[in-house]
Formats: sequence, structure tokens, C-alpha cells
Amino acid sequence: MSELFDTVWGWGEFLWSFTIVQIVLSIVALMVPLMLCVAYLTFAERKIIGYMQVRIGPNRVGFFGFKMWGLGQPIADAVKLMFKEIIIPAKANKVLFLMAPVISLATALAAWAVIPLNDFLGIADEVNAGLLYVLAITSLGVYGVIIAGWSSNSKYAFLGALRSSAQIVAYEIAMGFALVGVLLAAGDLNLRVIVESQHGELGLLDWFWLPLFPLFIVYFISGVAETNRAPFDVAEGESEIVAGFHVDYSGMAFAVFFLAEYANMILIAALTAIMFAGGWYSPLPEAWIPGGIMGSLIGDGIQWFIIKTAFFLIFFLWFRATFPRYRYDQIMRLGWKVFIPVTIVWLLVVAVMVLMQLGPWFD
Amino acid sequence: MPEIRNYTLNFGPQHPAAHGVLRLVLELDGEVVQRADPHVGLLHRGTEKLAESKPYNQSIGYMDRLDYVSMMCNEHGYVLAIEKLLGVQAPERAQYIRVMFDEITRILNHLMWLGTHALDIGAMTLFLYCFREREDLMDVYEAVSGARMHATYYRPGGVYRDLPNVMPQFNVSKWHNEKDVAKMNEARSGSLLDFIEDFVTRFPALLDEYETLLTDNRIWKQRTVGIATVSPERALQLGFTGPMLRGSGIEWDLRKKQPYEVYDKLKFDIPVGVNGDCYDRYLVRMEEFRQSNRIIQQCVDWLRANPGPVMLEDNKVSPPPREEMKGDMEALIHHFKLFTEGYCVPEGEAYAAIEHPKGEFGVYMVSDGANKPYRVKVRAPGFAHLSAMDEMVKGHMISDVVSVIGTMDVVFGEIDR
Repeated sequence: MSELFDTVWGWGEFLWSFTIVQIVLSIVALMVPLMLCVAYLTFAERKIIGYMQVRIGPNRVGFFGFKMWGLGQPIADAVKLMFKEIIIPAKANKVLFLMAPVISLATALAAWAVIPLNDFLGIADEVNAGLLYVLAITSLGVYGVIIAGWSSNSKYAFLGALRSSAQIVAYEIAMGFALVGVLLAAGDLNLRVIVESQHGELGLLDWFWLPLFPLFIVYFISGVAETNRAPFDVAEGESEIVAGFHVDYSGMAFAVFFLAEYANMILIAALTAIMFAGGWYSPLPEAWIPGGIMGSLIGDGIQWFIIKTAFFLIFFLWFRATFPRYRYDQIMRLGWKVFIPVTIVWLLVVAVMVLMQLGPWFD
Repeated sequence: MPEIRNYTLNFGPQHPAAHGVLRLVLELDGEVVQRADPHVGLLHRGTEKLAESKPYNQSIGYMDRLDYVSMMCNEHGYVLAIEKLLGVQAPERAQYIRVMFDEITRILNHLMWLGTHALDIGAMTLFLYCFREREDLMDVYEAVSGARMHATYYRPGGVYRDLPNVMPQFNVSKWHNEKDVAKMNEARSGSLLDFIEDFVTRFPALLDEYETLLTDNRIWKQRTVGIATVSPERALQLGFTGPMLRGSGIEWDLRKKQPYEVYDKLKFDIPVGVNGDCYDRYLVRMEEFRQSNRIIQQCVDWLRANPGPVMLEDNKVSPPPREEMKGDMEALIHHFKLFTEGYCVPEGEAYAAIEHPKGEFGVYMVSDGANKPYRVKVRAPGFAHLSAMDEMVKGHMISDVVSVIGTMDVVFGEIDR
């Protein structure tokens, strides 16, 4: 018995010595919980919006004959979509048509590489240009939408793609400027350093959301726009252009777009938590945190990162349940004429604050 | 130089915002609509022709199915035309009941309009809120006629039966325990009038709730203010009626201008818009909710105080009571004649119009003296409104087309007939 164990252990050690194995395993260790979160975010959305709309939401599908408040719903949905036919329109460009959802999802997941989960976890969080990488990867995501709209060879899809590309250009700039503010404040592009520069004795008052408040708002709203969520969902435009860019997708090809949208939501929420809300740091002032188990629960740690991400995610759902949809030109006006000027003005303010070494953030 | 052509987009008939089966051929320059060409007829069921082959009373049910979100108002127009030809008038209590149900129907219709209009513009929560209230009013329909939608409740000479003294109640089930059911049945313990009164008292607060979501919402305003503006003159020329006309600032309401039934005895105001855009039409309809609520309250008070017959006691038009039929030869004959041949209507023609939730709903009827109408023509308000589609959306964007369809409150049952 112990011989067998030794052999297996030996093999394990041998495999672990290859960097690639380590990388793959760490990616899997991050991706599996992430995809589960994506699946259950769809469930949370249906439940929370259901609650806001005085209805129940899914509550039938459970496991092993138990209903369990409908917790089996996302799994059932995934299974259903997997077994559905992927219809490829006769005049569609097949290669691009199938590539588009992959691009969408891949970019949404790839950005997680540089995200630090707590003070030691993360896949490639030592990358010193993490912020740039995130910006680059998230803006690549729009190619999925554009290619999908174009390759479907459908008028509705094409309109959706057009709207989406124009919208992303506008909001990418506002988002970029907002992040330049963070860069100024933290003085580094590495996300871990950005979080660490928000550490202080005052808890949540030390985070960047306070000195960068306008940028924080602009960033979050641009994030909602980037993920094509209501009230900026013109690329999808349910009641206008039916489903916009993914109108011709079915089965798993559609599901991948769907997953990408929710993965992007989680990403934006996580980035907001990292850049403006102190990542894994506890919102309580250091002096209030006791020792022992209680201290490890409410002290700094990954649990705060998850709570903050969930907190921002709820706003995505809340917006969707509350607001009517913007018109396409109004979105552009908001992006170009409101957000970009606001960010530019506040960048100057931030620069001055940094120069003056204003405490407690910039000293 | 390549030739630049406009982008033609087929909007509907299978479109989530087409409100049924509207097919709209849009010619686009980018996203800006150059021409909108509505196609009708996909829901044509030949109602007018069918009515020619049936005794008068048997077509009342068809009228429910014209504008299927304001059922009793359609019946009312049809029934009024027959009454005009027959030269009879319903008893006062029946008139109050009709007015009350017309206004309940107006609220039903406007709730549907509000929910779908908001949903089209992207505010999906309101849709479910509106349907929650619609459910109560549907129960009122069901209590009085046995059907939730297609009531067939009005008759020439009155209404089918008096208001019931009990409301149907919920039973305990797997999903609702005793406590829940007791709460749900609280308003249902009394008569139908009690239930309606309960609704009327809580409805204004619900309206305020809807308004907090929309009226001052910046996005809602951006999407509706200045969209599809129609000048008062043009609105008249286009044949607009109802809230579409009042939104443009013309105070025209058949309930005031040509009072039918008991509207001249009731107190209510006619809301009028100023700019004639989607937002004004929205405000007009929101105020109509409140005015309808007022009218219902007055009707409930009157109906409580004044019991009486709800049907004409002329057995040439209205069937005799069942008990009488069992012992009385003449009543049996009347019953037999009425339910086989129907009644014959004197030769002539009549046009009766009512203030339908969507506008002026009129029925023009020609009789050759037989038991069936010689010709029935329905004047559907939605048809005139839809005809203005091209003019209203020209120069706006695709998203505004959706707002305009919503603001027109089109229902294809009545347009295609």
C-alpha cells in the first residue's frame, strides 16, 4: 500500500517539476470555481430580479429529487443547451461564426490571469503591466461581438455589431482614463501593488473610491456599458433588434456568449473591487479587528474580495431591473460628452492630490 | 462611386416589440428611419363578415376578440349600435354597471399599455407590476361573467346578469398555506363591489409606484420627450382619437362631448397633453388611470345604493327569467325564439361610438329588418393611429420606432379585425 502511494507521489512530484503542469493546474484551479460562479450568477440574477419583480424565479430544479430552491437550474440549463443543435445560417461565414463566441469567452477569462485574489493567490499576478494587460484583453472582447454580428449575415445582428463597436470605442476611452487615475494614485501598473497601496489603518476610508470617486463611478458605469448590460444593452436590444449580435446563435454557441457576458460582469466587478475598493482588505479599521478565528474571518482575506465582487455584481442586476434602455445615440453622448470630460478633469485633481501627497491615500 | 442604398429592415411580424403581428418594413439610413411601411392583415379573421351571418347577440363574443385587451369596451360599442337601431335603452343600473366595467377595462388596457411600453423601452420590472394588478381586474371580469378575458357580458338592453354577491376565493393548496390564503382572501370576503372598492382604494398608491419608476427617470424622459411629436392640427387630420389626440393638446373625449350611458352624471376630468410627444401621451394615460379610478368609485357608490333590474324587461329583446319559463307558455316561446332565431331589428342604419381606451371605437350597422345585421363596420381607433406610423417615426432611430409602437398602443385584433 505504502509502495503504491510512494509511486503515485513520485509521479506527482515528477509532473509538478514541469512548469507547464503547474500553470495548467493553477489555471484549472481558478477557472473551475469561476465557471461555477458564472453559472450561479445566472441563477442569482433570476432569483434577485425575480424578487424585485414580485415573483419567485426558478424553484423547481434541484438535485436527487430535492428541490433545493431551484439550485439545479443552471446545471439543467447548461445540459439542455449542450444538447441543442447549433444552427449555422446558410449564408454565414462558418469559421468566423463559430470563432466569435470563443473569442468572447476567452478574453473574458484570460483577463483573470493578472488578478490577485488575496495577498498570495493569483496566476500571473506578478506581471508588472497588469493594468495594461487587463485593458488590452477586455477591449479585445468586442471582437467577439463584431465578428458574430458580421459573420451571421443577418441585418439585425449586423446592426447590433455596429452599435456595439461604436459603444465600446467610446466607453473604452472613459474607462481607460478612469484607470489612468488609479495608476496615478497607486503609482504602479501591477494590480497587486495597486491593492497594496490602498492598505491603511482606516479600513474602507483608505481605499481609492474616496479620492477617485468620480472615476470610480465612471469606471463602474463604463463597465456596465462594456459588458452590454442594461441600461446599455443596445447591442442586444431585446425589444429593438431582437437579440442583436447573437440573434442567429443557438445551442452551445449561444450559451458561450451568455457565459462570456456573465464572466465579463464578474470580471468588471472584481476589477472594481481591486482598483477602488481595496481588493482583499477588510473594510474595518485595523484597530477593530480582534485576534483569533474571529479576526481571520473579518480581517483581510479572500472572503472580502468575494464579498466586494458580489456587492458590485448586485448593482448589475439592480440596474437591469430598474432602468429603461438608453438609445444608441444617447449612450454615445453620455460616453463622449459626460464621462470623458469628467475623467479628464478629475485626472488633474488626482495629479494635484498626488503631488501634494494628500493623506491618508497618497502620503 | 458605388451606389449607396438605404438599408431595408423587416421589423416583424415575429418581433418582440411588434405587439402581435405588425409587419413594418423600415428603410434605414444608418439607424435613422427614412420610411416606415406598416403592413396589416396578418390577424384578419373576418369579424365583420362573420357578424353578417349570425343573429345579433351571437356576435357579441366576437367583439371581445377585436381589441383583446379592452374586451368589454368593444362589446359596448356593438351593443349600443343595436340598441340605437332597436330604439331601446338599458335600465339605469345596467348603465352604471356598463360604465363601471368600461372604466375597469380602461384600466386593464392602460395597464397592458404601460407594461408593454415600458418593456419595449427596456424597463422590464414595470411589466410584471402591471400584470399583478391586471390579475385582480381579470378576477373581477371572471366573477361577473365567468371568463377572464372574453367576457360577453353586455347585451342589447342591459347586461347579462347582476353583480354577484360573493367573490370566488382561493383554496389552501400545496403552495399556499392557510395563513397565506387568509391574507389573499381578505379583499374577497365580501361582494364583488367590495372587491372593486378595495382595488380602487389601493390603486392610486400603486400608480405612484409606477410613476416613481418612470415619470422622472432621466432615461425614460430621454427616450420619450420629443419623440414622434404630432401637432394638434396634424393629429386631427390623421384621424387620431383618444389619448393620442389628447396628448397633442385637443380636449376631445366622447364621454364628455357626446355623453352616452351615465357619463354626464359622473365627475371626471379629461387630461390633455401639451407637446404631443410620447412623454405627453404617457402622462395623459397615467392621468386617465386616476380619472377612471374616480369614475369607478362613483359607480360603486351608486350601485351599492340603487338595486334594480339590469336588463330590459321587454321579452322581444331580452330572454325571460328561467323560472318563469318553466310555467309560463309565453315565456317559453320567447325563450325559444330568442335563442334560435334571435330578434329582428327594424330596417335602418346606426353608428354608435364610445370612448374606447385607445380612442373612438365605433360600430356602424345596417339592418335590413332581418335577425342578422346586413352589414357591420367597425371603426377601430388603432387603424388610424397605425396609419400615421410613417409620419411619426420618420427621422427618428430604430429604438424610437419601438417607443412609437408602444405609445400608439396598437392591438392587432382590432386593426386587422
